[in-house]
Amino acid sequence: MVDFFKIFQLPQASTMAPKVDALYDFIHWVSVVSFVIIVGGMVYFIWKFRRRREGEPTPYITGHTPTELSVAGVLFIIVMVIFYWGWKDYSKIIQSSPNALEINVMARQWLWEFEYTNGRKIVNELVVPKGTPVRLIMGSADVLHSFYVPNFRLKQDVVPGAYTKLDFTATSVGEQQVFCAEYCGTAHSKMLAKLKVMEPKDYQRWQTTWEVEQSLGIQPAGAAETTAGQAPETVVENPVERGKKLFAEKGCTACHSVSGQVLVGPSLKEVFGHEVELADGSKVMADENYIRESLMEPQLKLVKGFPPVMPTYKGTLKDDEINALVTYIKSLRN
Amino acid sequence: MAYDSNDHHKNYINAEKGIWSWMTTLDHKRIGVMYLFATMFFFAVGGIFAMLVRLELFKPGPFFSPDTYNKFFTLHGAIMVFMFIIPIIPAALGNFFLPIQIGAKDVAFPRLNLLSWYIFVTGSLLLVFSIVSGGVDTGWTFYTPYSIRTATSVILATLGVFVLGFSGILTGLNFVTTIHKLRAPGMTFHRMPLFLWAIYATAIIQVLATPVIGITTALLVMERVLHIGFFDPKLGGDPVLFQHFFWFYSHPAVYIMILPGMGIVSEVITAFSKKHIFGYHAVAYSSLAIAGISFIVWGHHMFVSSQSPLANFLFSLLTMLVAIPTAIKVFNWTATMYKGSISLKTPMLYALSFLFLFTIGGLTGLFLAAISVDVHLHDTYFIVAHFHYVMMGGTVMGLLAGLHYWWPKMFGRMYPEKWGKLSCALTFIGFNLTFFTQFWLGKMGMPRRYHDYLPEYTPLNIASTVGSWFIGAGMLIMFIYFIWSLFKGKRASENPWGGKTLEWTIESPPTTHNFHKEPVITTGPYEYGELKTTGEA
Repeated sequence: MVDFFKIFQLPQASTMAPKVDALYDFIHWVSVVSFVIIVGGMVYFIWKFRRRREGEPTPYITGHTPTELSVAGVLFIIVMVIFYWGWKDYSKIIQSSPNALEINVMARQWLWEFEYTNGRKIVNELVVPKGTPVRLIMGSADVLHSFYVPNFRLKQDVVPGAYTKLDFTATSVGEQQVFCAEYCGTAHSKMLAKLKVMEPKDYQRWQTTWEVEQSLGIQPAGAAETTAGQAPETVVENPVERGKKLFAEKGCTACHSVSGQVLVGPSLKEVFGHEVELADGSKVMADENYIRESLMEPQLKLVKGFPPVMPTYKGTLKDDEINALVTYIKSLRN
Repeated sequence: MAYDSNDHHKNYINAEKGIWSWMTTLDHKRIGVMYLFATMFFFAVGGIFAMLVRLELFKPGPFFSPDTYNKFFTLHGAIMVFMFIIPIIPAALGNFFLPIQIGAKDVAFPRLNLLSWYIFVTGSLLLVFSIVSGGVDTGWTFYTPYSIRTATSVILATLGVFVLGFSGILTGLNFVTTIHKLRAPGMTFHRMPLFLWAIYATAIIQVLATPVIGITTALLVMERVLHIGFFDPKLGGDPVLFQHFFWFYSHPAVYIMILPGMGIVSEVITAFSKKHIFGYHAVAYSSLAIAGISFIVWGHHMFVSSQSPLANFLFSLLTMLVAIPTAIKVFNWTATMYKGSISLKTPMLYALSFLFLFTIGGLTGLFLAAISVDVHLHDTYFIVAHFHYVMMGGTVMGLLAGLHYWWPKMFGRMYPEKWGKLSCALTFIGFNLTFFTQFWLGKMGMPRRYHDYLPEYTPLNIASTVGSWFIGAGMLIMFIYFIWSLFKGKRASENPWGGKTLEWTIESPPTTHNFHKEPVITTGPYEYGELKTTGEA
């Protein structure tokens, strides 16, 4: 019986979960009270004023404006409270910590790829430290997906052709379920991942062990034989290194320095995360989406004082190459 | 039909004979009946797909293949939305009763009315062809870029939606004109039955919003066929733009679906309580208010789509406002029953089911309008439960209330009361079992459109599927007794419920020209009650 009731309780595993639940409970009780008033009234009237004989007289009542206005007024106040509460908590959901641990996420039909800044790439398994702000920078290789962790009460659509972000801080050690919540085709319901929350020191050890093994050229244990249920772990180049190589290969260095020197185009040193003034006088934050857009549509938001000569890289760069370039440019911020 | 000229009075059904006389009819009542049969047929088809969806979800593990399941839920949604719930009340019951309730002989443009029906059939056939030619697996929302890349027959289905839209636009245009121009002497706007206020508000939305879905589906087809990049990022498009276009229509469309149901409930509750409606003006104008607000809340479908926080702020705020006119209606229906003489015939049972279920549907909307809570609940079964409480618990219950209420007038025959009550009870119990459990599933995080699910969701899913069998049984009984009653039902009198609106002053079924002489209206539509005071609230 205890087990049965467990299905009604969702664990709270992020800083946002208790906040979302508090508002949920508030709306729940507002609803219960409203329901009892309306349906209770209805049931009482059905019983009390049931037709006892045909043609019995009824009074002629056409309404009562003050009652209606007070119902509308009270209701207005309640919904505005709910609105403000929901908005206030949502502002916290989208707030990101400046020193968050950033992890790239690539969603594909039908798996999740997670890539750490040290180049470690894991499929369908995300490991994060407890109590540390984490920021997922998510892209999709094909169609819409949505990254959803019920125990965190958090969800964010993943949109092809742009980056979306999700910030969270896990509050308890353990394994959380990740769903794809946006319909994405045949195996939508199988697009599942595990999110493992570790103590920060365990997380550190988990990363360091891997880094040491990498530098010594040791294959991680179990990599040769993929056992059922174990997430396959692929070893790839560090994305910053890869981005640096692409930056040279694709001809970016011809116009953009990374030293602060102004060439044909602006230098990319310390650009990321800063506001950039555009030709039309407006300002834009140089974030992941701006860098991506500048690669795809270079003339769209031109930096002030530079000629509109950059060619588009649309069709030339693959999604993972754009990711690597963005990560590299991000690494130039300090 | 079951009538010949010598067993009953000359009426719209037996006035002319043969299938051709129906195919070429300009009589709004015949066109309404043809819409009724077509849309009820699609209701049955959509219902079968729903039962198959629930069958798959009876337990974890596959029953059908994932692709088959994805087509089932897509076709369930698309058929129910575009071929049943949007057209049925305005085009079937509205067509039949709008002219009669304002004391007119027909709608303003009878030929256009027949054309609308043919357009409806054409669009429906396109959608049916898309099923035959392999089905569609995008969900009824056709979200891009999936809908651009899937190999299934999206083009036929979206063309179907495109064509169906014109049927709705023309019907809306016809109704707005009819209400403005053809009211009988003395039938002022404020003496119109509330059903017509609802149909009027609906018609305005149909005319203004439906072109947007037409444009959207046209762009989608162009993108698929000509590879012009509107929505697919691979072609330089923006997938989220599609969602804006889609919901700019589809949110107002939600009110196209619910407003007519609300209109019926106002008629039925007054007639079976023998009471004047509580707050006529508030109920009438809240229909227009809901129609107005419906155009500026679409973004609440997109809180996690990556639309800007400012947009989320505004859409959440505006969405909250919908609660007020809606709650006023619910409050006024309940208040109408106060000190009434309440008779629990089948139409009233359905209207009370509406009140019960729609209250839950409306209140659960509050959870989804609050942004932070919606982030958790969006795209889960909570949403599925919420909109079924509004669409089926609201609109379909309202429709069935109206169908039982007006059945004697439309066909001159009574439905069997005992079977009606049994069917209503089965449907009501089954509905709550099916969908109340889904609120829990959603709160526990089960995403929608899932072919398979984790074992912890099993008990609630079993309950939900069992509930769908109750609904199926209730609806099957209803279909059987309705068809039976067409031939064997007890003859209906002119006014079996003691209604006060104009349709109850003419024969059942009505003659081809509705009224023998043009009626002159001197009072409002709900003059029940004896202890009269002067003036209206």
